[in-house]
Amino acid sequence: MNKIGLVIQREYLTRVKKKSFLITTILVPLIIIGFYAAIIAISVSDSSDTSKIAVLDEADLLNGKIDKSKGDNTDYTFINNETEESFKTKYKKEGYNYFLYIPKIDINRPAGINLHSESSVNITTKSKVEKAINTVVERKRMEAANIKPEQYKAINADVSIDNPLDSGKNSVTGVATIVAFACGILIYMILMIYGTMVMRGVMEEKISRIAEVIVSSVKPFQLMLGKIIGIGLVGITQFGIWIILIAGLQFLLPLIFPSMAHHATEIAQAAPQADTANGLMKALNGISSLPIGLIIFCFLFYFVGGYLMYASLFAAIGSVISEDQQEAQQLVFPVMMPIIFAFVIMTKAVTNPSSGLAIFGSIFPLTSPIVMMARICFDVPAWQLIVSMSLLVLTFIFFVWLTAKIYRTGILLYGKKVTWKEMIKWLWRRS
Amino acid sequence: MPLLELHNLKKYYATQKAVDDISFSIEKGNICGLLGPNGAGKTTLLRMITGIFFPDEGKIMFDGREFDPMNDIVNIGYMPEERGLYKKMKIGEQALYLARLKGLSKTDAMARIKEWFIKFEMQSWWNKKVEDLSKGMSQKLQFVTTVLHEPKLIILDEPFSGLDPVNANMIKDEIYQMAKKGATIIFSTHRMEQVEEICDHIILVNKGKKILDGTVANVKQDFKENLYKVSFARKILPEHLAIHLFEVKKKTDTELIIRRDPGYSNNDILQYFINKGLAVDSFNEILPSLNDIFIKLVEGTPSTRQFQTVTA
Repeated sequence: MNKIGLVIQREYLTRVKKKSFLITTILVPLIIIGFYAAIIAISVSDSSDTSKIAVLDEADLLNGKIDKSKGDNTDYTFINNETEESFKTKYKKEGYNYFLYIPKIDINRPAGINLHSESSVNITTKSKVEKAINTVVERKRMEAANIKPEQYKAINADVSIDNPLDSGKNSVTGVATIVAFACGILIYMILMIYGTMVMRGVMEEKISRIAEVIVSSVKPFQLMLGKIIGIGLVGITQFGIWIILIAGLQFLLPLIFPSMAHHATEIAQAAPQADTANGLMKALNGISSLPIGLIIFCFLFYFVGGYLMYASLFAAIGSVISEDQQEAQQLVFPVMMPIIFAFVIMTKAVTNPSSGLAIFGSIFPLTSPIVMMARICFDVPAWQLIVSMSLLVLTFIFFVWLTAKIYRTGILLYGKKVTWKEMIKWLWRRS
Repeated sequence: MPLLELHNLKKYYATQKAVDDISFSIEKGNICGLLGPNGAGKTTLLRMITGIFFPDEGKIMFDGREFDPMNDIVNIGYMPEERGLYKKMKIGEQALYLARLKGLSKTDAMARIKEWFIKFEMQSWWNKKVEDLSKGMSQKLQFVTTVLHEPKLIILDEPFSGLDPVNANMIKDEIYQMAKKGATIIFSTHRMEQVEEICDHIILVNKGKKILDGTVANVKQDFKENLYKVSFARKILPEHLAIHLFEVKKKTDTELIIRRDPGYSNNDILQYFINKGLAVDSFNEILPSLNDIFIKLVEGTPSTRQFQTVTA
């Protein structure tokens, strides 16, 4: 069997068979899903929260009834024969959470409406009450101005602007932004997590002094490449498991939380009537009009290219570190910098994908894996994609060749602090 | 026929000439001691022989052909001074991995590992991790992984450090066995008494140059100082000592250590004592120990002091 193959096999199996790998691989999606479930559970339980509100309507504004929206379980009770001052002290005892006081008001200048409570009223309850009162005030004003509700509805403007593309494609701004951001972050995470894993692996070999034994059997280049590829495969495995687990749990979730499923259907039923229906349809349209094939292809390409490029840098850094952790941080910083820089450009590129900075970032090979992924949903000109990809390939080949030179010297050097100057010297030296 | 020939090997670093024009050859089946103070260039030399480094100049011949690291690497077993194992890996898997890197098939490697583990009483170690082993135990494992693929050339850098006498003897016996079967062994160490005991041939390097090369017996002959120890049956009196023939280096009641003057033979000295009426109990030549030779040759090199001086 090929020696690189053996190295890959070892690097892969020793990591995948570790307990900590299993734990993180299974735990991470569980935590994500758990978090997700908790948010939904909280929002579901919040809407079923029943608060009792006592209403003293001196203006007779509400005519003894309140229009409640769907799913609103707030219990309104109208009371008489009380004043604000007298009831303020009593509403708690009588089992109400809040006390809404509406004084005699001028319909054009409503003021002095108070919602009494022990502690601050939560924002949803407050906005619900405000909405109810605003609706009534609006209606009264319309009556006073002799406008019929139908007329008002006709006058009321709710314009959403379309963004037709002259290239004849559908606009995808909303969904595209989310997908772009997700892709960028994913590549960023991959570079950081697995890059440092490569570095630690190289350090382990050096610190445990096995490097020299191994390089008397395989070439340092084979060892380095085997390690990088092996860990890359670990990354793919881990992401694969995550995607399957997250997708699987998402289907399971409604079974675990039936109330949530009910909630979801409720929203779905309500949707067509809502004004947002149009937007939702557009968003769904957006997903299907995204260049999914291109995105997946680019994701794989930039994942592989970016990972190989940065992993080789991390491997070189790992090879020159002696035992000192402090030293490791100092040396790692220049490698981390372009990754972080790329992340910053990416956040800008998501909102403005055709700016000069975004174009530069998506072509410059050190930042392109992250930035181009953010731009890819926004219709990138073919020439930019080709230039970016070619540059990435050239750079990673160059870096692997370059770092192999540092690596082969570094792993056999013990107990000595290596300076940048020395490393540059190694690059020029013959093997 | 020599297994390994080095011709004018050079390797220069920016700050020093690590290996500066070294040539020697080692016969098949020999056990060769490579000696030298720290920083003499031994490790660099060994790394060139194992194909880890390429020489700047010169040529290495391996088994009659020019050394080709890619293919000949499987015929070499190297146990470096800076040795180690993957701490988190199981011992059996580790041995298997290292054996397969040397080109053995899985079944072949498995069979040989089992054989060696039985020989070294290591069977119960298979599923243990290296971090659970003591230094001596991991040393044994390291030795096994070095020789498992039955290489033609075995290079051992300080193979006995950290081993107790029982285990050291075990490995020593294996070294003899392998040499008998035709393996050539290069043995790098600072422990002179081990070199004297084990090696047929020694090569001493200092400051990147070879300063001594020969069999142990020849080297001792070359460096002998004509010292003899003579013991007598009765007390020696001052009138027994001659002014010519020899010089007295040390004297006790019944024993003399003398240096024979040039131009005389041992028989002349014996004749002299017999004529004096002194009964000679024993007459022995004192040959210098390798340790003495070593110190004499590298004296003045600053790192000499860092050596273990061995009192045999």
